[in-house]
Amino acid sequence: MTPDLSTDLGFLKLRNPILAASGTFGYGLEFTQFMSLAAVGGIVVKGLYYGPREGNPPPRLVETAGGLINAIGLQGVGVEAFAADVLPKLRAAEATVIANVCGADDDEYVRVIEFLDRQEGLAAYELNISCPNVRRNGLCPALRPETTRDLVARCKAASRRPIIAKLSPNVTDIAEIAAAAEAGGADAVSLINTLLSLAIDARTRRPRLANVLGGLSGPAVKPIALRMVYQAAAAVRIPVIGLGGITSGEDAAEFLIAGARAVEVGTANFVDPTATVRIARELSEFCAREGIARSADLVGTLGKGGHGTLAR
Amino acid sequence: MRQEPAARIALRQSWDDYVLLRLEAPDVAAEARPGQFLMVRVGETLDPLLRRPISLHAREGGSLEIFFQVAGRGTALLAEKEEGETLDILGPLGRGFDLEADFHGRRAVLVGGGRGIAPLFYLGRELRAKGADVKVLYGGRSLRDLPVRDKFAADGLDIACATDDGSFGRPGFVTGLLEAEIARRAPDALFVCGPDPMMRAAAGIAAAGRIPAQISLESLMGCGFGACWGCVKRIVRGDGGRWRKICEDGPVFPAGEILWEGAE
Ligand SMILES: Cc1cc2nc3c(=O)[nH]c(=O)nc-3n(C[C@H](O)[C@H](O)[C@H](O)COP(=O)(O)OP(=O)(O)OC[C@H]3O[C@@H](n4cnc5c(N)ncnc54)[C@H](O)[C@@H]3O)c2cc1C
Ligand SMILES: Cc1cc2nc3c(=O)[nH]c(=O)nc-3n(C[C@H](O)[C@H](O)[C@H](O)COP(=O)(O)O)c2cc1C
Ligand code: FES
Repeated sequence: MTPDLSTDLGFLKLRNPILAASGTFGYGLEFTQFMSLAAVGGIVVKGLYYGPREGNPPPRLVETAGGLINAIGLQGVGVEAFAADVLPKLRAAEATVIANVCGADDDEYVRVIEFLDRQEGLAAYELNISCPNVRRNGLCPALRPETTRDLVARCKAASRRPIIAKLSPNVTDIAEIAAAAEAGGADAVSLINTLLSLAIDARTRRPRLANVLGGLSGPAVKPIALRMVYQAAAAVRIPVIGLGGITSGEDAAEFLIAGARAVEVGTANFVDPTATVRIARELSEFCAREGIARSADLVGTLGKGGHGTLAR
Repeated sequence: MRQEPAARIALRQSWDDYVLLRLEAPDVAAEARPGQFLMVRVGETLDPLLRRPISLHAREGGSLEIFFQVAGRGTALLAEKEEGETLDILGPLGRGFDLEADFHGRRAVLVGGGRGIAPLFYLGRELRAKGADVKVLYGGRSLRDLPVRDKFAADGLDIACATDDGSFGRPGFVTGLLEAEIARRAPDALFVCGPDPMMRAAAGIAAAGRIPAQISLESLMGCGFGACWGCVKRIVRGDGGRWRKICEDGPVFPAGEILWEGAE
């Protein structure tokens, strides 16, 4: 029996619950030489501002124990070049494409959405209200419930497509922020974005990143991400999309169990460009091994603490 | 470009902290060109997480050679690999050297500093095959930093060396050797790979002598195939300079396109 991985987010049906995370999958086209983009649930393309952006000066990356700190600063081509040069190719590749929407201020988010609303071939918008690398000291709208709710509400009102609010882990109470996104009209929340971090070269006493601060991702952040997905899923009725440090099918299963309906794979794409399809296959193998007919049956099934017996 | 999860190590040689590995990877080798690189997994676990970029040092039929210096944890792990073990590689990556021009009868001078010598063996052979008259200049801190010097000579490539401490060849930087070489006979093309200060000095010498130079840059790389935007440097293409990806647009650039860090 082949397990059924089909995933229903309500506003969007996916072949499987594995999506590629924004900023770690380029515009998707970088990966067509390794895999079919139609083989995964969907791809979230790199963050889009209205115009092209320079990004931060290098060094932009530091490797840490089981993780990666980045301060790319959302270098990108902007919506017009994306629509003209990238989107037609993604449509041809039959990928389910979610645009990651950015803005220097609330107006820019709306302008990006209004422009993209006129393009075909997008399934939803993921609002990147949580990038720590573009404003000073990692500030972003997702740090406060009011700014989260207001920005989501403005974007929702402007959009003909579903809105996924991408949340920041750099907050005291993720449940409160997730609830604010839901109150603003979000169709789903995704979390986590990267954790605000600092790497230091002790010898020179300088920060290792030109930007000083950066965002931590990769296997090192997985336990924190799982905790936040669990808390957010308990706080909202809309679907939760979980991510942070996923590198295997079993990792993906853990996020589903914590309450995520779908997951995104980020940093793992850099190490293994076929990570998304491999993880989908491994999730299927995991379900088959455990006698689970549908991966959706895993969602939100976390039992009590302790060892041994299965929480069913 | 492709992923080869199990390229067998057919040969391993080492000198102090320098290591050469020959990898059986016919599919990758079939697409390879000088100046391109591999992204190599240095371990099986999640730490260290990222692959490491290593240049193609030579192509021997269906095998590829890499030559590297232990610089930190990743390369130290790579140095522990033994013959018969396998490596997970991705490649060939990047654009490599531009060898479109007619090199027949042309004088090509290749300047390598330290581990930067790695891509120049493959390049030297390829240029010779295109009829170029090849001269290799190889610099290092000390004699022990010039482990592959005899390999060039054994392959029939004309090579001269320089050491900072004067323990072998001409005393001083390899750029001194370059200036002497240019004074003797002006090259038609320069190819440079090494530490940033050396490449920057060589670029200055090339500009002063109006010699076209191609420079192979290094950068910290997250992915090696254009997905992370982590590897950028300032590159000028009639646009005042923009952050361009070293992995995808390079790693080799015409010297005139590079804006050196700290340069005004
Ligand atoms: C396109 C390309 C081709 C390369 N080819 C070769 C080669 O053929 N042979 C070879 O010996 N090396 C080569 N390098 C350099 C090699 O990738 C680095 O030495 C290696 O990644 C260091 O990893 P590590 O874990 O050993 O050291 P780490 O512990 O990661 O770093 C050790 C030190 O080196 C610095 N460093 C790390 N990565 C780089 C980098 N990519 N460039 C500059 N400094 C770095 C760090 O900041 C640190 O100071 C190449 C690099 C690039 C970008
Ligand atoms: C290099 C890099 C660039 C990123 N760019 C974006 C981006 O443009 N928009 C966004 O919402 N998240 C971005 N992220 C965050 C990831 O999408 C993801 O939330 C985070 O890395 C955690 O997942 P992971 O541990 O699987 O990588 C980026 C992450 C990395 C490592
Ligand atoms: S190394 Fe990732 S884009 Fe160049």
